[in-house]
Amino acid sequence: MTERAMRLVGNRPPQVQARERVTGEAQYVDDLAIPGLWHGVTLRSPIARGRIVEIEPDPDFDWSRVVLVDARDLPGRNVLPLILDDQPVLAEREIRHPFEPVMLIAAPDRALALEARNRLNLRYEAKPIAVEISDALEARVKVFGEDNVFKQIDIAKGDLEAGFAAATIELERDFWTGPQEQLYMEPQGMIAAWEGDQLVLRGSLQCPYYVQAAARAVFGLEPEQVRVIACELGGGFGGKEEYPSLLAVHAALLARKAGRPVKMVYDRAEDMQATTKRHPSQTRIRAGIDAEGRLTALAVDLVLDGGAYCTLSPVVLSRAVLHAGSAYACPNVAVRGRVVATNTPPNGAFRGFGAPQALFAMETMMDLLARAAGLDPLEMRRRNALRAGDETSTGQVLEQAAAADVLERAAEAADFRARRELYDRPQTGSIRRGIGLSLIMHGCGFTGAGESRLKGRLTLDLDARGEQLLVQVRTGSTDMGQGMRTTFKQLAAEILGLELDEVEVAAQDTALVPDSGPTVASRTLMIVGGLVARAARQALTSLGLEEGAGAEALRLALAGRGRLEIEEVHEPPATLFDEDHYRGQAYPSWGYACTICEVEVDMTTFEPRIVDVVTCQDVGRAIHPGIVEGQIQGGIAQGLGYAAFEEVQMHDGAMVNANFNRYIVPTAMDLPPIRVLLHESGQGAGPFGAKGIGEMPVDGAAPAYVSALAQALRTSFRELPVTPEAIAESFLRPRPGKADA
Amino acid sequence: MKVSFRLNGETRSIESAPLDRLLDVLRRDLGLTAAKEGCGEGECGACSVFLDGVLVCSCLVPMAQVRGRSVETLEALTRPGAPLHPLQRLLIETDGSQCGFCSPGMIMAGVDYMRRLARGEVEDDHEARLRAIAGNICRCTGYTKIVEAIDRAIEEAGP
Repeated sequence: MTERAMRLVGNRPPQVQARERVTGEAQYVDDLAIPGLWHGVTLRSPIARGRIVEIEPDPDFDWSRVVLVDARDLPGRNVLPLILDDQPVLAEREIRHPFEPVMLIAAPDRALALEARNRLNLRYEAKPIAVEISDALEARVKVFGEDNVFKQIDIAKGDLEAGFAAATIELERDFWTGPQEQLYMEPQGMIAAWEGDQLVLRGSLQCPYYVQAAARAVFGLEPEQVRVIACELGGGFGGKEEYPSLLAVHAALLARKAGRPVKMVYDRAEDMQATTKRHPSQTRIRAGIDAEGRLTALAVDLVLDGGAYCTLSPVVLSRAVLHAGSAYACPNVAVRGRVVATNTPPNGAFRGFGAPQALFAMETMMDLLARAAGLDPLEMRRRNALRAGDETSTGQVLEQAAAADVLERAAEAADFRARRELYDRPQTGSIRRGIGLSLIMHGCGFTGAGESRLKGRLTLDLDARGEQLLVQVRTGSTDMGQGMRTTFKQLAAEILGLELDEVEVAAQDTALVPDSGPTVASRTLMIVGGLVARAARQALTSLGLEEGAGAEALRLALAGRGRLEIEEVHEPPATLFDEDHYRGQAYPSWGYACTICEVEVDMTTFEPRIVDVVTCQDVGRAIHPGIVEGQIQGGIAQGLGYAAFEEVQMHDGAMVNANFNRYIVPTAMDLPPIRVLLHESGQGAGPFGAKGIGEMPVDGAAPAYVSALAQALRTSFRELPVTPEAIAESFLRPRPGKADA
Repeated sequence: MKVSFRLNGETRSIESAPLDRLLDVLRRDLGLTAAKEGCGEGECGACSVFLDGVLVCSCLVPMAQVRGRSVETLEALTRPGAPLHPLQRLLIETDGSQCGFCSPGMIMAGVDYMRRLARGEVEDDHEARLRAIAGNICRCTGYTKIVEAIDRAIEEAGP
């Protein structure tokens, strides 16, 4: 196939809805004006584990003005369907985590609903709790089954003991990461309305068909009886993947009982306390390297804290174990991953989805191995980076691997070697400096055989019946700020030979669009965007036209039939990955990224400052470079927050710093300009060789930051986040085992 | 109580409780939804408006304080169909708005800085520009492109 010059792919057109976003006209769920709307709030459990004795309504309150819902109002089973069907819609007798929803209240205004909630007295008997990973593993308190293990996954390759026998240096270290809050700027929100026997749900949500499936199961409805509309979405980052299903069912229960539409919008504290977070982790790595510094054996034992219910934890675990070896070749690997149950609110999807935890541990281990071998971090990675033809831990042979390319380009742009050497020299004075790097790979798309089960669909509709040719892309993928609508328009217009404004993307409304699979896992451009390209090419083929035909040719070709609708389905063979043995092609494409971070630390206050960030990321092809750079910069900012600022403080399983002034995320003053180099290998599985880019940028930021900090302070850190307090503590009160080499 | 105040150049008189938040009155009673609630405690800046020309978080302003004063919201910056304020246009050109939820407040903070600059009230440098938007949290962009938009808007406005 000859390469055609591209008109739109690679350009930076203004994004769809950008004008509405900067003028304030964009309609987020809480901006909708719906007549007769009531407001719903949630009564939550104040304890981590126990038994509900009674809920006493205050006899002095006029209860006729409000509507109350508890588990008895459910039409069928009290289960929110997901992987294990273990989570109740509302707690009935047993409480398993703090802030667990127990009762719902709706009233004509929010103030009255909150007043009513204050007049409900929840009496309970508390029981012993398990809130740390270590509590869960001891299993004295049983939160799930006999051993508190939701899921275990093992990967084995080669001969581990032979690998260790061949090693000249062997190290074993433990690593810990804390929870992280997604902190989308728009809190969770949903409006439910029963219109006849149809339930209409409008909300801030990533996955309309997940919400539809949950509502159908709880209310026993047919697909067409549940219409789900994704409003303009004020950020998601995974936090609006599974959680909106629960909120939708709550709002629908209230709306049904109140006989009118009900809106539930969480305030910030409730959103932070009650909704999902990134899984905390603890990881033990034992690794061996030979005299040249090459990995000979790698054993990883990783445990994630899933919280009280399973939610998506097994899938998060799957991604964690598949990323445990980072972007390195190693012939002998054993990975054991477990996700355990504790009495904390369920953890769930968050950009990176298990990979950031595993990669922080492995990348930090690589620095420790480099130090033991007398190599610098760059040279250590050069010697181990995966190359084309190498095999991953599951035996996936890589046709393309840009690990070494992104490493060299980033290192050159940051002048890494010279600066590393400079900061290795003795430093005196009140400011200490360091520079660190990370090299990671991120699997694009759903893990393993996931895509074969999802069977994502997309429709392209060409209509020449009116004066204008109308081309519409219909997808259930949502746009949460990552630019889906703009990118899909570019793809369709590029192939059909149209201008951008000649293509429209239909609203994300289940009444209008097919199920394209969830908007998660860096799969939207690569998988669903691939369907856009396929559908456009299929349309041209069936009309007997060449690629880039243009509006006039399409109108003429359509003259006879008026309209053409193409449906494409993504159905990869399920045989590519063996889920029982974790062998085979785990992802259709892997992206590669090197991130370099430079810091300085004020030795009087232990306050760190991030001075420079440079990253080179293999994105396959940047369909819209402005969107791609924005994804990378924003992802790195989140990763640096994870590393340096964002500490979820827990007490008895409950988040106690649930607001913006105690849970600190980076502001404009905390970050330097993030310098992005796009590596366009053109070899991704997506359209025009694109790879998924949504999550990868988060992965490498924390280890790069910690690596820089370790050099500046001549120590190492093996626990995230490394707050200024943690830095001070490492000097003033060193804790054996947690901050040594 | 009856509260009379100037809103985007027009005199308005509305019924409101003294402790009603300006943010709720704007969004719920007056249908002006550009200002967003991100935190409700003055930490995120998504609800930023001008009160007598001073940038404030409208979630922290009780209506009792609004009486007789002048409120300006993002809606006043661009009338529908009219050209955008340069900072709005540049936020689009730089892809500095992703989910868009922080954009209204971020633009108000940037406009506040540009107005203070024009009045000669600030010593303009990179640090001062960052400080001007440090009260506005963005979770999508990492700020790089937002700062680029502000830099270009100031450059366009000239000395």
